[in-house]
Amino acid sequence: MSGHSTWPEWVYVGVVVALLCYVGAEAWNIERIVEHVPEDAEIIKVVGQQWIWTFEHEDGTKEIGELHVEKGKAYKFEITSKDVIHSFNIHDYVVLLDAVPGRVNTVWFSPTDVGEFDIQCREYCGLIHYNMRGTLIVEDKGA
Amino acid sequence: MTLELQKPRPIWQIMFSTHHTDVGLLYLITSLAFMFMGGALALLLRVELFSPGVQLIADSMTYNRIFTVHGTTLIFLFILPSASAFGNYLVPIMVRYKDMAYPKLNAVAFWMIPPAGALIWLGFADFTWYAYPTYSVISAPGPAADMWIFGLKILGVSSILGSINFVVTIMKCKHPDLPLSKMPLLAWAYLTSSLITLVAVPTFAAALLMLLTDRLGASGFFNPAMGGDPIAYQHLFWFTFHPEVYILVIPAIGFMYEIFPRFSRKPIFSHSSGVAAFTLLTIVGFASWAHHMYATGMSFTEKTVFMVGTLAAVPASAMHTFNFLATMWGGRIKFATPIMWAVGGIALFFSAGAGGVVNSAMPLDFITHDSYWVVGHFHLFVMGTILFGTVGFVYYFFPYVTGRMYSEVLGKVHFILSFVGTVLVFFTQHILGLFGMPRRIYDYPAIPEWVQMNIIISIGAFIIGIGMAIFLVNLIWSSAKGKPADMDDPFGLGGKYYFPYQAKNPSH
Repeated sequence: MSGHSTWPEWVYVGVVVALLCYVGAEAWNIERIVEHVPEDAEIIKVVGQQWIWTFEHEDGTKEIGELHVEKGKAYKFEITSKDVIHSFNIHDYVVLLDAVPGRVNTVWFSPTDVGEFDIQCREYCGLIHYNMRGTLIVEDKGA
Repeated sequence: MTLELQKPRPIWQIMFSTHHTDVGLLYLITSLAFMFMGGALALLLRVELFSPGVQLIADSMTYNRIFTVHGTTLIFLFILPSASAFGNYLVPIMVRYKDMAYPKLNAVAFWMIPPAGALIWLGFADFTWYAYPTYSVISAPGPAADMWIFGLKILGVSSILGSINFVVTIMKCKHPDLPLSKMPLLAWAYLTSSLITLVAVPTFAAALLMLLTDRLGASGFFNPAMGGDPIAYQHLFWFTFHPEVYILVIPAIGFMYEIFPRFSRKPIFSHSSGVAAFTLLTIVGFASWAHHMYATGMSFTEKTVFMVGTLAAVPASAMHTFNFLATMWGGRIKFATPIMWAVGGIALFFSAGAGGVVNSAMPLDFITHDSYWVVGHFHLFVMGTILFGTVGFVYYFFPYVTGRMYSEVLGKVHFILSFVGTVLVFFTQHILGLFGMPRRIYDYPAIPEWVQMNIIISIGAFIIGIGMAIFLVNLIWSSAKGKPADMDDPFGLGGKYYFPYQAKNPSH
């Protein structure tokens, strides 16, 4: 418009695009790696309902509100819901996936530290959403 | 004649007028009233979250209703109408036409807002501003939920009518001597955001009808018990509401395009780059909706596609930021209140955009999704960018509407309090999200980091609240008792303005 040079803007846009390409490629690569479920992962069925979490291990053991797992093993969660949408979240292990009625979503993780970790609901599900919490208990059977 | 409040008229004359500046004034007053109401609700939420346990709100249902109405009010009853307000004032003048293309339709579009607002506020629904099924279908208590659905339905029709009016005014009533490429960028903002509205909003209108019939038990579109799929709603919803982000933000950027050159006393760095960025945003805005849904169990391919679509919107936003800074560069800047708000707005816009890149990167989204990070992120857009741009423009516009000057000191104090408060509240919320606090919770366990950050956030919110109280005082006091403005050059800048009182055909 005013007869000035436009190259600074092109350089700037070029830098922004390059940065975004890097972020996108890196995100794509990491997501590809973290989504790869190990073959020996044990399956844990997770059911969300207003306002509790229930778990069923491969051997048929059921737990409510508490989940016992072993350090170092890989686990694959099969998550669903009985009523409304919830979101199964173990923040310390970056486990986050919606529990959707009529669907089964899967995500895996492998605990590395012994101790107790919070399980919570991250999708609004009504009256007691704020207190739809549970505990992940990681034990070291080998020790 | 602009000076609606300077030459008092009976209120019914303004209310039943179809003149664009009168309709604009109605939009402006309504939207600011809803801004104060919605903001007051936010303060209630922050009092409750100040520390763990019950503070003020006795039960979680009330809390849930408050945050739902807070969000709905500020998005649909403040931001959208405030954009329409300035569009009504300025678009006809910028395209050199006597009025909007359809003045009566214009008044109708405005008058749909008060009943919709009444439905939303009298109902006080609890299912969050996005009303996801199956909660909204099988669990949300009526009649509040149904009133919300009808309210939103009315607002959807209102914004479609308003957008048709803007598009026709610009495309068909523009003066033949004014080529589209020379049209002011604010008019471009209204053209592009109206086009987005026309493509995006009908989808949500359809989803609302399906939600209503589902609630009545007549259908099962979103109810798995009847063979439906709740995720389908999320696709319909976000197909409207991701582009809606651009519908909201584009006018605010347009306001900044008026403010920066004016107060820098220098032409816009690149008009054509602004046009290109608006057009680009309009198109790529439709390629990113499902980035809100990574955690619903989407496939790797879907996530990749929507990540790329999301990242594609960033260069266009970056072009606007560059344009603003390059316009200010080397200008003789007068730091009056409006440009301070606009500069604050760019800083927060940049921060919000950088946070958005983090959200869109798939693995990182699983850390931030539905946590307080997201609350902080979109508030940096809706408050940090859109409200800052809009409030700056309210100050800029104040003399033209009232014929009086606002108090510059109070305006600057308002800005400083709001900027400090916004940084305290929403930057802290990002960190709180990284510590894992979910959004939309009435109470939280006494995890020390969570408690500390919630205290900081609440204090920041009260600082914003004090700023807004000062704003209200400034608006009311200055419109009645402020010193009369020099209407040819109220800010003492020289140069050419778009005066609302250049409007032709002042009374019909």
